[in-house]
Amino acid sequence: MQKKLILDSDLLNITVSRLCHELIENHRDFTDTVIIGMQPRGIYLADHIHRNLEKILKRSIPLGYLDATFHRDDFRRREIPVKPNENRIPFIIEGKNVVLVDDVLFTGRTIRAALDAMIAFGRPAKVELLVLIDRKYNRELPVAADYVGKYVNTLASQRVLVELQAQGHKHNKIWLINKD
Amino acid sequence: MSKLSQKHLLGIKDITREDIELIFETADNFKEVINRPIKKIPALRDVTIANIFFENSTRTRLSFELAEKRLSADVVNFSASTSSVKKGETLLDTVNNILAMKVDMVVMRHASPGAPHYLSRHIKANIVNAGDGTHEHPTQALLDAFSIREKLGSVSGKKIAIIGDILHSRVALSNIFALQKLGAKIMVCGPPTLLPKFIGQLGVQVEHDVMKALQWCDVANVLRIQLERQQIKYFPSLREYSLYYGITKKMLDGLKKEIVIMHPGPINRGVELSSDAADSEHAIILDQVENGVAVRMAVLYLLAGATA
Repeated sequence: MQKKLILDSDLLNITVSRLCHELIENHRDFTDTVIIGMQPRGIYLADHIHRNLEKILKRSIPLGYLDATFHRDDFRRREIPVKPNENRIPFIIEGKNVVLVDDVLFTGRTIRAALDAMIAFGRPAKVELLVLIDRKYNRELPVAADYVGKYVNTLASQRVLVELQAQGHKHNKIWLINKD
Repeated sequence: MSKLSQKHLLGIKDITREDIELIFETADNFKEVINRPIKKIPALRDVTIANIFFENSTRTRLSFELAEKRLSADVVNFSASTSSVKKGETLLDTVNNILAMKVDMVVMRHASPGAPHYLSRHIKANIVNAGDGTHEHPTQALLDAFSIREKLGSVSGKKIAIIGDILHSRVALSNIFALQKLGAKIMVCGPPTLLPKFIGQLGVQVEHDVMKALQWCDVANVLRIQLERQQIKYFPSLREYSLYYGITKKMLDGLKKEIVIMHPGPINRGVELSSDAADSEHAIILDQVENGVAVRMAVLYLLAGATA
């Protein structure tokens, strides 16, 4: 198994702070904007971005977690069902600008399910997508991210491994793994 | 990633503690879903479920039907009283005819103990036992244990008394299996004629004095006298039963401790439970009903998901 480092801790911090500034560019003081992290792994990045934004803007910004498990299109097509996680959306998303945050954009199917799941909490005015890693050439649906940490050219057989300290790892490192 | 160890839910006896915990964790998510303004999710969109009830039911059937509809499954209902069973069709023929119409799951209630187990050996669809005679009623036990976990934080180490007609109760047997697997201590209490002779062999304490049972327990699960299953007289009169075994608010207040009162319904007010006790702050009877939908959604979701 070959491992290649895509992002290390220092670069990750620079990337996250760039993403934050890009968000501020478009959403200014975040009056009508909320951040929603995708369960299970996007929530760590959402936390990180949320923390940075609150520090820069010196105001509180609504943060929620969304789980799209029950809206997936591969239910009964997998060997084992995906385990659901908690939905925590303690605000109304009706009429709000939503920034959806996930760690890796791959086939786009999770995002499709997330858009479906979100409707149960109201009709947002606008939805944007922020991802840390965009795996190019692997999309199965017409989904594109508005904010991207890093584009990576990958094969479908490869895997992107995100290790964050917030998830209990020793370091912040993002790897590309060849399965052979 | 998560999967039950069984293809069917026939009884609590066949499933593991891990299965029960997985069902509870999944039910937590569904409880959040059914408390949203938009309660429907598309998870079981391409699944067809037949509710086959050879015995009467309102609560269980409604609860299953709501759970199925919240999950977006297609639902067909069947009750024996209005069907060809009256014309002499066998159980297996009836079910095979329903399955020929491409049904994926069967929720079944039957008066004969073991009927769903028999079916499970002959058909491919997933079966959920919604009560088989005096044997098991697994989803009721799961929602009871889920409600105890919700109210008291956990089931492990808690003292639970099951009071009433144990002999004719499928709820009692499933409850004993479920709560023991989760680490609770169990006592059964009732007149000697309404307790199975060798129930002590299941590792439960046996008590005939209802006051002693109430003093001992953290949770009292009160069962109905199942007159429809009693072919002979097990006690002189309902009035006398109520005098010795009926639970009143005065008794509960006299205990001077926190106690949780549960009842699987339907309640015979004034017989096993007085009206003021059933409506008191001790009772979580309506929470049980709410949790029933979430727990049944979890069971259907986990069984349906594992078939692919």
